[in-house]
Amino acid sequence: MHLERSRTQMDPSSDCVVVNHAGRDARAAAETVARRSYGKLVAFLAARTRDVAAAEDALSEAFASALADWPEKGCPSNPEGWLLTVARRKIIDSSRRRRTHEAATGDLSILAEELDAASMGSADAVIPDHRLGLMFACAHPAIDAGIRAPLMLQVVLGLDAVMISSAFLMSPAAMGQRLVRAKNKIREAGIPLRIPEATELSPRLDVVLDAIYAAFSEGWVDPIDVARRDLAEEALFLGRLVAELLPREPEALGLLALMLHADARRAARRDERGEYVPLAEQDPLLWDTQMIAEAESLLRRASTLGTIGRYQLEGALQSAHVHRRRTGEANWSAVVSLYDALLAMSGSPVVAINRALALAEAQDASAALSALDEVSGDPRLTEYQPYWAARAQLLARTGARAAARQAYEIAIGLERDPSVRRFLQQRQASIGS
Amino acid sequence: MQYMLLIHSDESGWSKMTPEQQQQGLAAYMAYGEALRKAGVFVSSHRLRNSTDATTVRLVNGKAQVLNGPFADSKEQFGGYYLIDVSDLDAALSWAARCPGAAHGIIEVRPVWEMPRN
Repeated sequence: MHLERSRTQMDPSSDCVVVNHAGRDARAAAETVARRSYGKLVAFLAARTRDVAAAEDALSEAFASALADWPEKGCPSNPEGWLLTVARRKIIDSSRRRRTHEAATGDLSILAEELDAASMGSADAVIPDHRLGLMFACAHPAIDAGIRAPLMLQVVLGLDAVMISSAFLMSPAAMGQRLVRAKNKIREAGIPLRIPEATELSPRLDVVLDAIYAAFSEGWVDPIDVARRDLAEEALFLGRLVAELLPREPEALGLLALMLHADARRAARRDERGEYVPLAEQDPLLWDTQMIAEAESLLRRASTLGTIGRYQLEGALQSAHVHRRRTGEANWSAVVSLYDALLAMSGSPVVAINRALALAEAQDASAALSALDEVSGDPRLTEYQPYWAARAQLLARTGARAAARQAYEIAIGLERDPSVRRFLQQRQASIGS
Repeated sequence: MQYMLLIHSDESGWSKMTPEQQQQGLAAYMAYGEALRKAGVFVSSHRLRNSTDATTVRLVNGKAQVLNGPFADSKEQFGGYYLIDVSDLDAALSWAARCPGAAHGIIEVRPVWEMPRN
């Protein structure tokens, strides 16, 4: 059982939900702790045993106990500590049922010592934060790449499989099974819940950041769909967490900056009728200036730390686009060089497409088309809508109208978002014959 | 936790090596075993003879069917193992990466199924 974030509901049919003032307070307190501390509590409970599923089960039982107990006896002074103590008892109970006493004693006595130190009732006790270690376990190379982002969303944030599956376009049953398998792998293969050694940190951190960005991108696709919008917010939360816990890692700062820049434009990405608005036509007054300012300051901080990387470059690109739209100063050659650096680093055909579009502004459409031709042999692009839309746009600018209409036709056929589809149809119609 | 590092490699590689190269290869394995012992993680290890010396057995309708050759008919054959005792998968993976077999083959890292003690 997982806590459903954002639309929290804790089994309304159970008698632990007391519908009176104290009940509402207790419920609100439990929900606050759930939202703020879920991952921290799971990470702490599973740090030694690596049994994430058992930690989650114990924790959700502890939350149920809280809803029964707190309305009557009042909220404890240290709610996190209270939940930990109860969850620990649940873990010990079920562990005794499953394993022989002797085998379980080692893990449990360590757990008990740490818990005594961290939690027992004292209001100012601090629970050690192992969340980052938990994230590194979720994004371990031994975990199937496709399940890393969903796993992180579930065990660090407490999102349930149904919500995650709809965002990742997977059936809830299949998502549930893959999550269970991944948690089993962490336990049985002995994947550690810890931050890797310095020599390993950089490549391993990239995987964590990629998983967070995958979650963000899933959420960012459609700014109106509620489940997806929540997903982008949760990914942003994870990005903040990593940047806070690893403040000297420039790529962690770069990713957070990139996500903030993208999210800052959320309100401008659809017009009042819900129609898609491309960046070049967005109203900069609708952008979130606070988020942009934060992103800019993160990028500046990252740039003082000495290593450039994919996310810093992508963040810098966002920054350049924002600057151009706000000031009206063309900065296309700077944008092209940022794409050059990104392309050299990633070799991604998607980057090549965006670079070609920038090249069309810095030079002309035919230079951009020949740049696009260089990657057109990549089989990954034949089903990639932005490739065909970019091609169509450039062809239209060179006056190759029939070819442009045809490229738009393919782009429209590949798009899943109706509002983007309508936008492409309008562009296609505007070419004329 | 105990992990078995299973070394899978192309057996024909060995016969193509000069005697000096073979000597060097063996020395690398010896040094690796020594490092495992020094670190206190070594449990056991064996090198197997070539898969051409393998024989498979299975019961078919209650009768033993014996066949010449290894179980898996692939270019890479299972050729030996190290059993080590380390704290977690990351430690096992870093030992696997140091194994000379990782350079001329593939190391499969498998956690050992722990039996309940009574």
